[in-house]
Amino acid sequence: MNNQTEEIKKVSIIISRGSLDGVYPGLILSNGARMEGIEANLFFTFFGMDAIIDKRMDNLSIATVGNAAMRLPWGQKMPTWLGIIPGMASFATWMMKKEMEKLDVPPVREFLQMIKDAGAGIYACKLAMDMFHLERKDLWEGVDDILTVGDFYQKAAGGPIIFT
Amino acid sequence: MAVIEISGKQIELDADGHLKNLSDWNEDIAKALAQEEGIPELTDRHWLVINYMRQEFQKNNDAPSIRKLTKESGVDTKELYQLFPKGPAKKAAKIAGLPKPKGCI
Repeated sequence: MNNQTEEIKKVSIIISRGSLDGVYPGLILSNGARMEGIEANLFFTFFGMDAIIDKRMDNLSIATVGNAAMRLPWGQKMPTWLGIIPGMASFATWMMKKEMEKLDVPPVREFLQMIKDAGAGIYACKLAMDMFHLERKDLWEGVDDILTVGDFYQKAAGGPIIFT
Repeated sequence: MAVIEISGKQIELDADGHLKNLSDWNEDIAKALAQEEGIPELTDRHWLVINYMRQEFQKNNDAPSIRKLTKESGVDTKELYQLFPKGPAKKAAKIAGLPKPKGCI
């Protein structure tokens, strides 16, 4: 099934983190899959749920605390203690959103709609729903279904699973 | 180097199967390339996308992103995928006689 020499026909991508940089790789991978004609499923779990919670999806941010790869705008490494200064996270988030817009990367809500319109499945994790006391009405309207782990494996059959 | 024959003319292709010389392109070649991609007939909507892509390529030397394409051409994402199933970005670029798009979006 996952023979690397074979062409990929289907892919399932799990998004488990809720920071901007935690969510985008999965969105870009799934959109890119559809652009190549590859079937794609997106599965949101744990803090990744924030990307499909209607009230939160427009306000994802970058973690500046404990992020050792963080750079200042002029390219110098940011001392990690700077990350705790009030406003740092929102500044870093603003910077990244600005750079992404330049590259024509859409905001989360628009990107998800684009991925859905491209024919990818968008699913929420049942356990995460229960754990965070969420209901269907809390989710973005484009979510196709709420799945158990077993349902997810059934949907993922026939292609690689990418965990992000 | 791969070569295809379209209405008696030898056309060179690049490593990705796209036209090597953009100047070889014409509407008959677009139709032949579309057939090869499993699109039997190019409708007005297909031409709208193809012409928009060619126009953008001339300006920016790269095919537009899907986001830009759907915002500016008047063909939305759903329709774009219906028109060019199995990968709109690459297929539409190929039929439009353009090289493989460079972007990830």
